[in-house]
Amino acid sequence: MSDTFYTIAFYALSFLTIGSAAGVVMLRNLFHSALFLALTFVGVAGLYVMLSAEFIAAVQVLVYGGAVAIMIVLGIMLTQRGNMAESSPQNRWGLLGALVTGSTLATLIWALWTTPWQISQEPMTESSAPAIAQSMLQDFVAPFEIAALLLTVAMIGAIILAKGAKDE
Amino acid sequence: MTIGLVHFLTIGAFLFGLGLYGLLTKRNAVAVLMSIELMLNAVNVNLIAFNKFTAPADIIGQVFAVFIIAVAAAEVAVGLALVFSIYRDRSTVQVDDLDWLKW
Repeated sequence: MSDTFYTIAFYALSFLTIGSAAGVVMLRNLFHSALFLALTFVGVAGLYVMLSAEFIAAVQVLVYGGAVAIMIVLGIMLTQRGNMAESSPQNRWGLLGALVTGSTLATLIWALWTTPWQISQEPMTESSAPAIAQSMLQDFVAPFEIAALLLTVAMIGAIILAKGAKDE
Repeated sequence: MTIGLVHFLTIGAFLFGLGLYGLLTKRNAVAVLMSIELMLNAVNVNLIAFNKFTAPADIIGQVFAVFIIAVAAAEVAVGLALVFSIYRDRSTVQVDDLDWLKW
């Protein structure tokens, strides 16, 4: 019974995610694309919950569904003028892009379905957040600090870039 | 059919493909950034799926996903700042108008 429920939930979340991702890419209205992008992020968060990664799902909703989506909407509002309905046109490489994407996707899908994956039967760690905290502050403490540094540098750089350098 | 690793990886592959298509065909710089976000999300789905199905005792895949989320947040902030800066100078965000380095 719960297996059936899992399957149904997986397909529903997959259609939500892939459908809204297709909306992001295909729509001509940039603002609608941004809204579909937020929907995609929420769908991916649902997939994380199905993969028993609740902490990452929460981070996904907070960082992507909240911060990144709002930043993108802000970016659209500050850089668009004129007709919003035609704000996200395609370039003239649509056919070539479809060809490259199609062949990449075909190769990926073929590789995925023919590889004999080593599925482990061990049980998943019960709650992920304490385990993540443990490994982040023990094994991965240097990358953790570097990521903090990177975020600081990126934010300062973003502010300076957006504000504009002062002419002396 | 029970849902296994391959199903999640397939979803990741489709997300990546859609992001790649958007990256190649969009003219608006903000739309290109949105496509990159889709591709980064696809990578995270793959990492967490591998974590659950091939090494469930370790949590390393999820830790790696957290780092990718942090880097992606930095990327979108700097990318949008660049878009603002270009827009202030040139009043355009269409990537194929940004060809001043071409001779």
